[in-house]
Amino acid sequence: MSYVLAVDQGTTSTRCILFDRRATVVAVERAEHPQSYPRPGWVEHDAARIWRDLQRLIRKVLRGVDPSQVAAIGIANQRETTVLWDRSTGVPVAPAIVWQDTRTDVSTLDAEFLKSRTGLPPATYFSATKIQWLLDRTPGLRERAERGDVLFGTMDSWLIWNLTGGALHVTDVTNASRTMLMNLTDLDWDPELLDLFGVPRAMLPEIRSSSEVYGTAGAVLPGVPIAAAIGDQQAALFGQTCFEPGEAKCTYGTGGFLLMNTGTTPVRSSHGLITTVGYRIGDRPPVFALEGSIAIAGSLVQWMRDGLGLIGTASEIETLARTVEDNGGCYIVPAFSGLFAPYWHSEARGVIVGLTSYITKAHLARAVLEATGWQTRDVVDAMNADSGLALTALNVDGGMTADNLLMQIVADFLQVPVVRPMVAETVSLGAAYAAGLAVGYWSDQRDLRANRHRAGSWKPGLDSGRRAGEYANWRRAVECAVMFSRDGQDGLR
Amino acid sequence: MSHVPGMIQSIERSSAVLRLLAAGPDRLRVKEIADALGLPKSTAHSILRTLEHVGFVEQDPRTARYRLGRGLLDLGSAGMDANELRGRALNWADALAARSGEEVRLGVLDDNRVLVVHHVFRPDDSAQSLDTGVRLPLHATALGKVLLAYSAPAEESAVAAGLDPYTRRTLIDRRELADALTETRTRGWGLSVEEWRPGVAGIAAPVRTSGGLVVGAVGIAGPVERLTDTRRQARPALVEHVVAAARSISRDVAG
Ligand SMILES: Nc1ncnc2c1ncn2[C@@H]1O[C@H](COP(=O)(O)OP(=O)(O)OP(=O)(O)O)[C@@H](O)[C@H]1O
Ligand SMILES: [Mg+2]
Repeated sequence: MSYVLAVDQGTTSTRCILFDRRATVVAVERAEHPQSYPRPGWVEHDAARIWRDLQRLIRKVLRGVDPSQVAAIGIANQRETTVLWDRSTGVPVAPAIVWQDTRTDVSTLDAEFLKSRTGLPPATYFSATKIQWLLDRTPGLRERAERGDVLFGTMDSWLIWNLTGGALHVTDVTNASRTMLMNLTDLDWDPELLDLFGVPRAMLPEIRSSSEVYGTAGAVLPGVPIAAAIGDQQAALFGQTCFEPGEAKCTYGTGGFLLMNTGTTPVRSSHGLITTVGYRIGDRPPVFALEGSIAIAGSLVQWMRDGLGLIGTASEIETLARTVEDNGGCYIVPAFSGLFAPYWHSEARGVIVGLTSYITKAHLARAVLEATGWQTRDVVDAMNADSGLALTALNVDGGMTADNLLMQIVADFLQVPVVRPMVAETVSLGAAYAAGLAVGYWSDQRDLRANRHRAGSWKPGLDSGRRAGEYANWRRAVECAVMFSRDGQDGLR
Repeated sequence: MSHVPGMIQSIERSSAVLRLLAAGPDRLRVKEIADALGLPKSTAHSILRTLEHVGFVEQDPRTARYRLGRGLLDLGSAGMDANELRGRALNWADALAARSGEEVRLGVLDDNRVLVVHHVFRPDDSAQSLDTGVRLPLHATALGKVLLAYSAPAEESAVAAGLDPYTRRTLIDRRELADALTETRTRGWGLSVEEWRPGVAGIAAPVRTSGGLVVGAVGIAGPVERLTDTRRQARPALVEHVVAAARSISRDVAG
C-alpha cells in the first residue's frame, strides 16, 4: 500500500494527513500553534515552532508506515504570512507577520497601478508591506537581504527550505501571487514592484508551478519527493476538483474564502474581488481564479472562546446559538483586520450593534454564526455580479462545515443549496492531489473527479421578507464598522 | 496521606486533589497541592495531568495554576456535547461512507430514542436529504442497540416505554432484546436486519471517551443484500470498516 502525505500548514494549526489512492483519509495528526497578539492589530507566529510541529506530526502520522510507502509529500499553507530568516543559521530574524496583521500602512499606495499589475487591492493583507516593514525597522536587515543572507518566504518556502536542509528556496505561483510583488502577466517578480516596496530580488524564492517535483526531503522523510506547494485556499479549490471555469467553492476555517475557477485567462473584478492564480500543474498553462476573501469567520468563534470565554469549545457555539430562535436584534461585524472583500477597508474595526438588555450570550452566538453567513452573501453577490451568472449552489468545506446551524444559515442567506463534499479536509486533499499528480500516483485530473461525492446538503428555507430585512440590518451594521474607523468619513468605497 | 487497604490509592489521592481545589477560590500550583497532601511533586503532577485529560481540572496557561474544570460542572448533564462529537467524527464518518459505500449516521441517547447528530450521504450522488436531528427507535436499529448495550438504565426505560413493533422482525420481547444486547456487547458491534424498515439493515459500533465510557454510536445503513450475506449475517469487511471508524472517532474524542 502506498500513500500521499499532505501537509496543511494553516493559521491556527498544522495538520498532516495520509491519503490513499481512493482519496480517503487514512491517518490525521494535528497541532495547534499559539497566536501572538503583542499589540492591537498585530498577529504573529513563531515559524521555528511551526517547523518543529511539522517534524513531530510527520513522525506521528507515519506510525506503522515506512517512508518508502509515501509516494510524495504536498504542502498547502496559510498564504501571505511573512517569514524572514537567516540563510546560514536557518533562524527566523523576527516573528512571522501573519496575514491578518494590520500594522503596516497602505494608505498612500496607488490602487489602480497595483490592481493592474498584481490583481490585488492595496491592503495590509498581502506580504509586500510586511516585508517592507521588517526591512525598514530592523537595522542592517536590508543590506543582509541585498546580499542574499536573509531570505523571504511564505510558509511553503520556509517548510520546503527546512525539509530539504536549506537546499531549496522556492515558492509556487499561487503563493507568489499573494505577495503583491508578482506580475500577473508573466508570473515573475516585478522589478517596479520590488522597487516600490524596497524588496531586494536576492531574498526572494524562485517561483515554480504548484505541482512538480521540487526536490526530495531529508531527515524526517528520507527520499520522499516534495511534489506540491499551493496556497491553502487554492488547494481547497483543487481538492474540490473545481477544474472547469465557473466552478467555485467556499472554505470556512480561520477566515472564509470563496474562489471561482476562471480558466487560463485572469479575469479582472469590478466588484471588489481579487484576481489570483488558482493553480498551475507542471508546465501546463496556469489556471486563474476570482477570490472573495473574508478575513474573520472561524476566528470569531475562537474569539468567543478564548477572548471572551463564553464557550468552552468551538462546537459549543452551535449548542449555545440553538438555545434562541433569532439574534434578538444584535449584529456583529468582525472587522478585526479591517474589512476584506468586497469592501477592502483596512481601517475598519469590529462592532457589535443592536444591544439591549434583552441580549444574552446566546444571541451573540447566533450573531457570530450569522456574521459568517452575511459575509458569504456579500462575496457571493460580488462573484455573481462579476461573472454575470448566478451561483446555483455553494460548495463548502473546512472545519466550520461541522456546524449544521451555520450551514443552514448560509443556505438561508444565499437562497441556494449548500453542498459539502465527502472530504471536509479539502485543503489537504488538494495538496495531496497536486503532489500525487506530479509523481503519477494519480494519472490525470479526470481520475480525481471520480473520487468526488456529495456528503451532505442544506436547502434554503428562510422567508424572503425576513431575509431582506435582516440583510438591510447587516448592511447598516457594516456601515457602523466603517464609520468607526479613523478615515470613516469617506464611507464605503 | 493515609491509605485504606483494599481501596485504590490513586483514586483516593485524586479525590483529595479535587476536594482541595474545591475548598477555596484560589487557583493552586502543583507544588502547593503536593505540599498540602504530602505527595511527591511528580505524583501530584501525574494526577493533575490525568484529571486535566478527563476535564476535571484546568490549568491556566498563563500562570500554570490549577482549578476545577468544566467537566465537573457537566457531570450532571449526561454525555458530551453533540456538536462537539460531530466535529470530532467528521473526518472518520466521511472515510467510513467512502470505504463502505453506504450512508453513515452518528447517534447519541436522547430521551428513549437515538438522536442522529451527524449524517453522511451514501457516496453515489443520488438525491438524499440530511437526517441530522431525526430520532430513531432504540431497540430496532443497530445504532440504538449499541447505545442500549452499554447503558442498563436506558435499556430499562426503553423496555418500560414499550418495545413497539416496526416490522415482523422487530425484537419486542424483553428477553430477546436482552440477549441481543449481550451479543452486541460480546462482539463489540451491533446489527439490525429489517427490524425497523423492511429491506434495510444496519451495522454500528460504540464511540468511547476516556475510561471506556460510551458517548455515542456510529454506523452504516443500507439494503439487506449489500450489508448482509445470504444467511443474514453482517459482511465481515463492512463490520471491520465500522469498527475501525468507531475506534478512530473514539481516539479523537478521548483526546
Ligand atoms: N462547530 C463549529 N462551529 C463554528 N465554528 C467552528 C466549529 N468547529 C470549528 N470551528 C471554527 O473553525 C475553525 C477551524 O476550522 P479549520 O480547522 O478548517 O481551520 P484552520 O484550517 O485551522 O484554519 P486555517 O487554515 O485558516 O488555519 C476555527 O476557527 C474554529 O473556531
Ligand atoms: Mg485551513
